[in-house]
Amino acid sequence: MNTPIIETRNLHKWYSGVHALKGVSLKVERGQALGLVGDNGAGKSTLINILSGLHHQDDGEVLVEGAQTNIRNPKDAMGLGIETIYQYNSMVPLMTISRNVFIGREPLKWSIGGFGILDENKMREDSVKAIADVDLHLRSPDALVGELSGGQRQGVAIARAMHFKSKVMILDEPTNHLSVKETAKVIGFVKGLKAQGVTSIFISHNMHHVFACCDRIVAMALGQIVLDKPVSETSIEEVSEKL
Amino acid sequence: MRRLFKLSLQKPELAGALLLVLLVIVFQVRSDYVFLSVNNIRGILGLLPETALVALGVTLLMICGEFDLSVGSVFALMPMTMAVLVVGGWPFWLAVGAGLTLCAFVGFVNGWITIRFDIPSFITTLGMMFMARSMTVVISGGFPPRIRPGEVPNWMFAGFVDDGNLIRASVLWFIGIAVLISLLLSKTNFGNWVRATGGFMPAAAAMGIPTGKVKIACFMICSVLAGFAGMIQSLRLNSFLPSIGEGMELQAVAAAVIGGTALAGGVGSIVGGLIGATLIRVIDNGMVMSQVDANWFKFAIGALTIFAVVGNAWLRRRGRAMKVETDK
Repeated sequence: MNTPIIETRNLHKWYSGVHALKGVSLKVERGQALGLVGDNGAGKSTLINILSGLHHQDDGEVLVEGAQTNIRNPKDAMGLGIETIYQYNSMVPLMTISRNVFIGREPLKWSIGGFGILDENKMREDSVKAIADVDLHLRSPDALVGELSGGQRQGVAIARAMHFKSKVMILDEPTNHLSVKETAKVIGFVKGLKAQGVTSIFISHNMHHVFACCDRIVAMALGQIVLDKPVSETSIEEVSEKL
Repeated sequence: MRRLFKLSLQKPELAGALLLVLLVIVFQVRSDYVFLSVNNIRGILGLLPETALVALGVTLLMICGEFDLSVGSVFALMPMTMAVLVVGGWPFWLAVGAGLTLCAFVGFVNGWITIRFDIPSFITTLGMMFMARSMTVVISGGFPPRIRPGEVPNWMFAGFVDDGNLIRASVLWFIGIAVLISLLLSKTNFGNWVRATGGFMPAAAAMGIPTGKVKIACFMICSVLAGFAGMIQSLRLNSFLPSIGEGMELQAVAAAVIGGTALAGGVGSIVGGLIGATLIRVIDNGMVMSQVDANWFKFAIGALTIFAVVGNAWLRRRGRAMKVETDK
């Protein structure tokens, strides 16, 4: 039997008196596209914030590829190959595409103690290549991210995650506030991930988006998992009922 | 060509640069052509590095999304500390080191309190402004320390370096530091983190940048530069007064803003800060040379600050609206 790429065991989290996660245990298989749905406050964001290193669980364990982990910050999560794409939060609008692709992981010509001179040519070339790899075509790596459309931004964020060879990509409401056309594009990106063998966790409260690109649905309500089925064995109606 | 024009319209320091050129021309004519004389330029160049160094640090910090009102007080605290130590028998360089270390510590406290307690740096540094000023007066003991001429190497910081007595060492110090900070911001990964932190902090944090540490580092650089500038001024005047640098904090902010730095962070450049600081000095001096009542100085700075921000926003909008081919 395959080891799950991510496994959580009995995760608990309290936010100033609110019990946001009540013992969540979840196994995510390698290469799976998992859709995580639930109403606001159901605990989806809490769960993925723990996986991406923004918060730390109060109780329970997170295993990555079968090994115990202690994810303390986003850097740790990225080091384990877990990359998170947020609705807004993953790009700096006033910086260029190539700089955004390498935020926090800049290639350096030389460095002392982690600080050094940027290798700007490499940043430019690699970001062009990374963006082309997700089938996105932008005119220049020197354009500001703020000038891109919402869908293009998500494309760049996904390209960034692919460039750094993430094993698991968490997409937190990536289709919020996008037009229909742009949403289709983002769903296309997510389907592309599966083709490349990347595991993805797609969070959304729009069922149609989740059903369009995932092969397993996990629904959460009040801090617990209330439904966990392959997409072929459930329907939007059944999931909606559980929430 | 058109694209180049569009790009330059969007440069945040453009309004300031245009204004600087315009004002120099106006003052040159209004002052009966003595504004650009060697004697007058010598006067401007004496003061400029001191203001500009403070503005430089404040610009860096503002790009990082924070703010420092304590620079004027640190400007006085550093030379006073150094002078008191020298009078107390410390070797000059050791006293300089101690003074700059104290500045770094002040910057660290500013940053640490702001980050740790998640309060606006406006408040933290406002408090520090009073505290550092008070400390300066206390350690001076109410009497400015007297350092005999020749006891400290004034020439290394404030002496003239050319035969024509035009350029002081402080100008060279300033150019060196400005180039260094500018490279730090544009060519290093640290600079990338500063812009990301000031540009959109949630993204920077999510990408694993230690935003708190980056901000604290900027606070420290800002304080050290302000202290260093204060030392240069004190050595130039060869007097150590607890009152120097009053009002400087707001001039430095004005310089940064005039140079196109956004109060909200993320936008700005060191060149912009330099242009802003130069504008302030040019106005100060130009008004005197054109025999305008000097009490109008603050009015001019205030009006200029508002005008530059409005002008920048307008130019940027025009630049963005300009149609150019967007395909490859």
